[in-house]
Amino acid sequence: MPFLAYVGFFLVLPSVIIGIGAFLNADNAFTLDNFRNLSRSYVFKATIDTTVISAITALLGASLGAILAYAIVTGSPNGLLRRLTVSASGVLAQFGGVTLAFAFIASIGSAGFVYLFAKAHGFDYYAHGIWLFDIPGLDLVYLYFQIPLMVLVFLPALDGIKPQWREAAESLGGNTWHYWRHVAGPLLFPAFLGAVLLLFANAFSAYATANALINQGQPVLAQQIAGAMSSEVGAFEPGFAKAIAIEMIIIVTLVTILYSLLQRRTARWL
Amino acid sequence: MAVAARSIHQTRRIKLQVFRYVVFALAAIFFLVPLGAMIEFSTRANNGSRTLEYWQSIPKYPDLTDAIFASLQLALITSIAMLVLLVPTMVWVRLKLPRLSRIVEFICLLPLTIPAIVLVVGLFPMYLWLNTNLSDSILTLAFAYVVLVLPYCYRAIDAGLGAIDVKTLSEAARSLGANWFDVIWRVIVPNISNAILNATLLSVALVLGEYTIANNLLYNNLQVELVHLGRDNAGVSVAVAVASLLFAFVLLVAIAFIGGRPRRVRPEAVTTVGIGPTAGSPR
Amino acid sequence: MMERSGVEVRLENLVRRYGTVTALDGLSLTLAPGELVALLGPSGCGKTTALRLLAGLEEADEGRIVIGGEDVTGLPANRRNIGMVFQAYSLFPHMVAWENVAFGLQMRRVNAAERKKRALDMLELVGLGRFANRYANQMSGGQQQRVALARALAIQPQVLLLDEPLSALDAKVRSRLRDEIRRVQLEVGTTTLFVTHDQEEALAIADRVGVMQAGKLEQLGPPTLVYSRPATPFVADFVGLTNRMSGTVRAGAVEVRGTSIPLVHPDVPDGPAIALIRPEAVTLASDGEMEEGPLVGTVIAVAFLGAVSRVTVDLGDTTVLAQLPTSAASQHPAGTKVRLALRTDPVLIQREEAVPAAS
Repeated sequence: MPFLAYVGFFLVLPSVIIGIGAFLNADNAFTLDNFRNLSRSYVFKATIDTTVISAITALLGASLGAILAYAIVTGSPNGLLRRLTVSASGVLAQFGGVTLAFAFIASIGSAGFVYLFAKAHGFDYYAHGIWLFDIPGLDLVYLYFQIPLMVLVFLPALDGIKPQWREAAESLGGNTWHYWRHVAGPLLFPAFLGAVLLLFANAFSAYATANALINQGQPVLAQQIAGAMSSEVGAFEPGFAKAIAIEMIIIVTLVTILYSLLQRRTARWL
Repeated sequence: MAVAARSIHQTRRIKLQVFRYVVFALAAIFFLVPLGAMIEFSTRANNGSRTLEYWQSIPKYPDLTDAIFASLQLALITSIAMLVLLVPTMVWVRLKLPRLSRIVEFICLLPLTIPAIVLVVGLFPMYLWLNTNLSDSILTLAFAYVVLVLPYCYRAIDAGLGAIDVKTLSEAARSLGANWFDVIWRVIVPNISNAILNATLLSVALVLGEYTIANNLLYNNLQVELVHLGRDNAGVSVAVAVASLLFAFVLLVAIAFIGGRPRRVRPEAVTTVGIGPTAGSPR
Repeated sequence: MMERSGVEVRLENLVRRYGTVTALDGLSLTLAPGELVALLGPSGCGKTTALRLLAGLEEADEGRIVIGGEDVTGLPANRRNIGMVFQAYSLFPHMVAWENVAFGLQMRRVNAAERKKRALDMLELVGLGRFANRYANQMSGGQQQRVALARALAIQPQVLLLDEPLSALDAKVRSRLRDEIRRVQLEVGTTTLFVTHDQEEALAIADRVGVMQAGKLEQLGPPTLVYSRPATPFVADFVGLTNRMSGTVRAGAVEVRGTSIPLVHPDVPDGPAIALIRPEAVTLASDGEMEEGPLVGTVIAVAFLGAVSRVTVDLGDTTVLAQLPTSAASQHPAGTKVRLALRTDPVLIQREEAVPAAS
């Protein structure tokens, strides 16, 4: 089957190259140095930073996205507002990283009109340094695709909540708090948690946004891989790049497995 | 008494409506301001007045026009290759090898868990070899892009095939004398035309927005060139970004409306498109 | 512990509008303590609205609701002490059966041990003791509805509301669960309002049946009376099958094809009218040669319904349905010439012109 041949060549072969290459040194001899090098301070820092960025944007994005999704779902199911927001979320969740970086530079960057406007009114939010090109900026920019992604993955779960449950809870003597505490909350929690993991993996593998936004330093793990792979920075270490790649795959895969377990649970309830 | 009672439900309603509109307003600000800012930025002259200078000077950058042209060609090649590879395989698996369907699904969704940057690491030596032995054309990127769009297109087409009875349709066609090519081309494809269009538009949007793979395999596609140019002439760069964004936007809105059309596509067939783990999407 | 025997429930002149649509148009209804009243009507007749107003899930534009002598019109649903069974899917999917049943007790701050015990008792009552640890998706539709019934009754409600609880089930389960609901209701003695669009269900289960149309109660009475003495043409039409045969009113009776039938309401002026005649008031005979006559026709179809059969007879200008025991019907296969006879039970009429009562 041509399909399998193709996939074998362009999906499986690269994976094999990574898997083997990670254990080879510059002379193609077996080594574990590449993995020992993962403890280098800058890689370790990038791992931590990426994890923190991903966790923050996943939690914030999931919370804000859940609120937005709830606002959508309480409206008419076929209303214009809903169709509009869902389509927009589809677009924004796929928003190309480069354009995204530009959009934020053009708006809240030091030449952007939001900044100029705020500064002219006495609010200089860069008074202590231009944080847009650093990790806080990355957090903000990532939310731009995390929130829409949350809307897309959380809407089906919210749609699964039946109005009868609320009415049943009410007729049995529960008030709004009881309903959220005992019924809607526990029902939605696995879906929410799953979405957080998905958003985490999404942020963790992002590269383009960070690279287009930040050109000094390589705070994100994906940039470390790129750095180790190319000779531009002067440190051409293909084996090491593969080792970081494996680290990344392991983290993303773990998160994805947890996600699909939670997804299965949600599917049973909603 | 009845008046007081009315107010309980009414207060709740009003509260909910206020909540909704506040949320929508805040979301609109957060999501629309950066978009508007790009348009504003790309039409701002040095003295603060409006100008179309940046937009008009787009054709004056040959590297940029080359990159745009290359990305459009890549989008076309990737879409065609994806369809040729995926549609017959998926139909065949549904008809003859249902046992393989889980495996094919797993393979197709695999790129979602492999971040694009990781894929690049594995592809790098392969492209080195490719460049020296076959061709160093940027169009070879299409090989990698097919893998990249695989999960999204798989979902779209799977939803389309799920909405029709492939088995009965093909058996009917076979009994009327059609060969397998006819079955796929004249019977299945017309019935999943929406899904195919969906998958195509998605691939085009993804390829046009792709940066990670091209940048690290050292090819100048649209996005890579935008970053380069952004360092010299931000105005032109932002103008092109807006243009490409609008283009992608039109494509994706088209998907949403094709998807939203109730005609014979089941609702779940629509909602699954483009949703799900997007780790590894081109950002 | 709440009193187990039922309380009186009064709906007084309830009005509910949705924009320009009046869903309930001055509904008044009193349920005696422990009584089961079924509200019957086509969809959109206001029966569900009535139930939701009583539950407190919606609120009336006008009118009062009194439960056990207490005006509850302004109380929200969670303070009304009402048990409700919904059409379907109302069990909380993340709780097992007994946890569902115990939910209302938890809201009432009953301690954990006590509420589990009472939940299990209730499940026993509806015959599902063995299913206490099942989730909703591990039970059939009928079992889920029985759990829902146990959940509604566990809080010892003053009123039990059943909102088409059987409509999502298949026919066999439906009739079994219907009888089960009635048994349990009689056992606990809770005043019950049952809403349905299925006339067979309403007639089988209720102490009294209220037939509704366009937000109004058309007739309220015991099932036998609603069936045999419909108060309005709408009721006659909606409850059971009805033949519409043209005739002439003369002196308190209607003459249909040579047969004079007394009227339910004899005080009507003479003139042409449509008589509403039940299929079981039509009998057939096919002895010997038959001379032509106004009630002679040809059997065109026989529908076998078990113990009874329904025979369609073509009289030339109209067709008439007759319902008779299957043994009798089998003597008149399709194609036979038959003579009809109309029983002279009092009937309702409908005027061809100016028919305010009918739809």
